[in-house]
Amino acid sequence: MSYIPNTDLERKQMLDVVGIKHLDDLFTVVPQNLKVECLDLPDPMSELEVSKTLRAMAAKNKVYSSIFRGAGAYQHYIPSIVKSVTSKETFVSAYTPYQAEISQGVLQSIFEYQTMISELTGMDASNASVYDGPSAAAEAMNMTRERNRNKVLVSAAAHPMAIEAIATYFFGNEMEMELIPLKDGVTDMDALASMLNNNIAGVYLQHPNYLGLLEDAQKAGELTHSVGAKYVMSVNPIATSLMKTPREFGADVAVGDGQPLGMPLSFGGPYVGFMACTNAMLRKLPGRIVGETVDAEGKRAFVLTLQAREQHIRREKASSNICSNHALMAMVASVYMSAMGPHGMAEAAQLCYSKAHYAASEISKIPGFALQHKGDFFHEFVTNVPCDPRKVLDLLDKKDILGGLPVENGILWAVTEMNSKDQIDTLVNVLKEVSRSCN
Amino acid sequence: MNVPQNLHYTKSHEWVLFLDDTTARIGITDFAQHELGDLVFVNLPQVGDKVEIDQVFADVESVKAVSDIYGPVTGEISAVNDELSDSPQLLNTQPYDAWFIEVKNISDKMKFLNAAEYQQFCEEDEGH
Repeated sequence: MSYIPNTDLERKQMLDVVGIKHLDDLFTVVPQNLKVECLDLPDPMSELEVSKTLRAMAAKNKVYSSIFRGAGAYQHYIPSIVKSVTSKETFVSAYTPYQAEISQGVLQSIFEYQTMISELTGMDASNASVYDGPSAAAEAMNMTRERNRNKVLVSAAAHPMAIEAIATYFFGNEMEMELIPLKDGVTDMDALASMLNNNIAGVYLQHPNYLGLLEDAQKAGELTHSVGAKYVMSVNPIATSLMKTPREFGADVAVGDGQPLGMPLSFGGPYVGFMACTNAMLRKLPGRIVGETVDAEGKRAFVLTLQAREQHIRREKASSNICSNHALMAMVASVYMSAMGPHGMAEAAQLCYSKAHYAASEISKIPGFALQHKGDFFHEFVTNVPCDPRKVLDLLDKKDILGGLPVENGILWAVTEMNSKDQIDTLVNVLKEVSRSCN
Repeated sequence: MNVPQNLHYTKSHEWVLFLDDTTARIGITDFAQHELGDLVFVNLPQVGDKVEIDQVFADVESVKAVSDIYGPVTGEISAVNDELSDSPQLLNTQPYDAWFIEVKNISDKMKFLNAAEYQQFCEEDEGH
């Protein structure tokens, strides 16, 4: 069976209408070097051969027993119930429901997720999720746009991928982005104050920021609101269970990557982006939203709601074109949050905080590994490196330790509840060796 | 169709009520609300924003479509009817009380239709 349902004759008729001879004439604008002449594919393989090939590829992965790297994706303990519930094929294989209301189970699972995200962030409403943290960030900045406000300010300590996603969204949509400079690793509030004016639609602050540091999130919100702009906060969902909620910090929109909520690192995805907002912003919240209602018999039921703001109604006036979500990953997040409970999450966060502070105090005692910033942090921090960071990472690799991420003039370390005291002490000992061999 | 005599009208179905020479309230007509159907959301501007002739200053959302509301005058927005945010249905039930914005320092205005002209304009429009 052909996957192209039109016949040669039909194609010729269509080409005649358009006024060209060959189908390829439609693609003359595509540069020649981007066109694939023929695909050099290997011969077909049996299942056994495919399995062997893939296993050989998988064997190239190195799975570290000790991980001190985060920078946006974090290793956390995942209770076994998360996998056992979410691997049920009814959840795994369900595609986004087109006749949504007939799939009450899927809608309920999304509704529960939205409820938990709203509670976690302190916000009034959450959508059904988006693909990942950076797309949530970009969609949120889009929400802040007003007729006469078309510029946003983004903290330079936001995750680089979030900054990149916002820049991508703003390519060609007549919106502008400017970075707020840093001072001692955190967003410079004086700079922010001087950059704000009546043309600013929104301000984006990540807390804790990319370097792990806690921001003056309250101040940033107050400054932002003083010119009538909207305040978007990106948060780590684990950290949030220990700190004030974005709502308490004055955020109009709260976003973040849901990966820490029960998703394995798995090469960067699939993760989930969460988005929640105040009632005042609800009409601008993109994507799907599930609402609770009653059916004809008065029983509790779920519906897709507020669809008027979606692009099939708002059409060219829609502020977003996103219409899907990561339902399975949203479900992973909800099962994780249910299994952990508010206390369990706060405990995990507390462990992250105290272990990271222990590691930081031990590492920073080693000559050449001083902490780069004075501010308090959650579970990540940057230290100096006495020599080429690659040398440090190679040495750690030999001890089955994944070191932190090299950033400008230093290394960004992450410590979670998964890192035992022994692991931290081993890391410190290796770094001491490094320090001696460098001097 | 209700077309009060004391108002000025535009071909894009806004009404204008002058409070004095340089201050006016702006809304949408009974004809407009009837054509749009049940309105569920109003996207309002902010006090202090500029409004200009033929430039969009707000939009309204019905269950089927979104429509822009155009400025019939040039001036500065001195008040916004926030009641519409919570009760957009007022536009359907009382279109001439449900004003969107009040504009001050009006420096320019469109060539308006009077009530009779507007009524005729709508009847022709309906004839199509």
